[in-house]
Amino acid sequence: MARLTALPEALAAAVRDGDAVAMEGFTHLIPHAAAHELIRQGRRDLTLIRMTPDVIYDQLIGAGCAAKLVFSWGGNPGVGSLHRLRDAVEHGWPRDLAIEEHSHAGLVNRYVAGASGLPFAVLRGYAGTDLVDVTDSIAPITCPFTGERLTAVSALNPDVAVIHAQRADREGNVQLWGIVGAQKEAVLAARRSVVTVEEVVDVLAPVPGAVFLPHWVIDWVCEVPGGAAPSYAAGYTERDNDFYRDWDAVSRDRDAFRAWIDANVLEAE
Amino acid sequence: MNDRSGPSAEDMMTVAAARALAGKRTCFVGIGLPSLAANLARATCAPGIVLIYESGTIGSKPPRPPLSIGDGSLAETADTVVSSAEIFNYWLQPGRIDTGFLGAAQLDRYANLNTTVIGDYARPKVRLPGAGGAPEIAASCKETIVVVRHTPRILVDRLDFTTSVGHGDGPGARERLGLRGAGPVKVITDLGVLEPDPGTRELVLVSVHPGVDPAEARTRTGWPLRVAPDLTATEPPTRAELDALRALTS
Repeated sequence: MARLTALPEALAAAVRDGDAVAMEGFTHLIPHAAAHELIRQGRRDLTLIRMTPDVIYDQLIGAGCAAKLVFSWGGNPGVGSLHRLRDAVEHGWPRDLAIEEHSHAGLVNRYVAGASGLPFAVLRGYAGTDLVDVTDSIAPITCPFTGERLTAVSALNPDVAVIHAQRADREGNVQLWGIVGAQKEAVLAARRSVVTVEEVVDVLAPVPGAVFLPHWVIDWVCEVPGGAAPSYAAGYTERDNDFYRDWDAVSRDRDAFRAWIDANVLEAE
Repeated sequence: MNDRSGPSAEDMMTVAAARALAGKRTCFVGIGLPSLAANLARATCAPGIVLIYESGTIGSKPPRPPLSIGDGSLAETADTVVSSAEIFNYWLQPGRIDTGFLGAAQLDRYANLNTTVIGDYARPKVRLPGAGGAPEIAASCKETIVVVRHTPRILVDRLDFTTSVGHGDGPGARERLGLRGAGPVKVITDLGVLEPDPGTRELVLVSVHPGVDPAEARTRTGWPLRVAPDLTATEPPTRAELDALRALTS
């Protein structure tokens, strides 16, 4: 049952050191405010799971919160590299980072299996790629009906899913729309879930194509207006493309990165 | 068209890539150059083409090429927006989409692609973004088109990592792997156009852009690039194509 609380309280209860945490949102509705709170709470040894690590995980990795990254595309969309991710993989800074990588189709199907209560999912994919050799959660499987050789990916059941949505009602029912990515699957696959929202309203007016997550599959709901910035929330905020462009220079340099985190995360509330 | 006021090599590459979509109904679009070329095609030779982005937007008609594949304009102008699971499982995987449009950090003579690492996997010299949608786009679209800059750093003899399969190790490779799409049919660069030889599946230079010497294309390729006996010259960009490109990028 969802509890409406402040963000620090929800994350302190939901996320422990060493947890596997999925913070989803495909370019849209990325839960940046929650990530900053995890940095402030000093979480360590997290396994971070996300299809597109994006700037949000660049920050968590650079801040030393992560021991492992599970992902499928780790760039700054339209801009270039995630330099904190690269520094961790290439030079072990600020610490070594284990990686487990998939294609988007593979990783999203791992969430689907997790949300479905199955041990694995099946897809056409990976055949002939080197990903098969470097990722243990990919294995060949033979169809019992046709004999066709396909690919299995193991289920993903994160300890915690964290997402951002447009709104919730006072019971904690959540509504999100626009590009909806893998948020529903991540929440349903996870053991615990935290949802930040742009606003809490009395009544959730229907929106065409919206995803609805009932209060009884969510543990914490926190009202955090602008909590997706520099990502966006359709109908509420715009994507700050300049921030993504400027992040390239900030993230290239360890000192500039640390200064940014100090000024914008640790000394901010 | 080779004077300083003419189109750049980059413009020529974008225009040639857009032309490759003429007559196509549906295109799964990667970000960056493929997105610019696909939107140029929509403005010129393929006005009704359905552009599909891996963020789950189907039928996007952005007024300008987006910075990211998840920009709001892609969703706001789409026919529909679906979840990540749905875009890959229902739309891409069954082979419904005509053309996949990809870029790469490395490409070999069989148009296999690397977007994962340069150097050793465990301790890479350069950690690249990784696979994204590319392996399944390369596997499942009816055909794919690859756009890369023509340098020996990108067109290499051996990939450091195979992220997405083109024609594998040659004839019959895709069939053996169970890949149902036809694979790469064109590689478009800033120097010309390469296509797989129907017999060997090895990429052959079939066209050079205006003012490009085929010897330059060979020098800038990391394997001994074959040149088609009936090598042609790419038609220079038309005024209409350049105007449409400027309208998208200005």
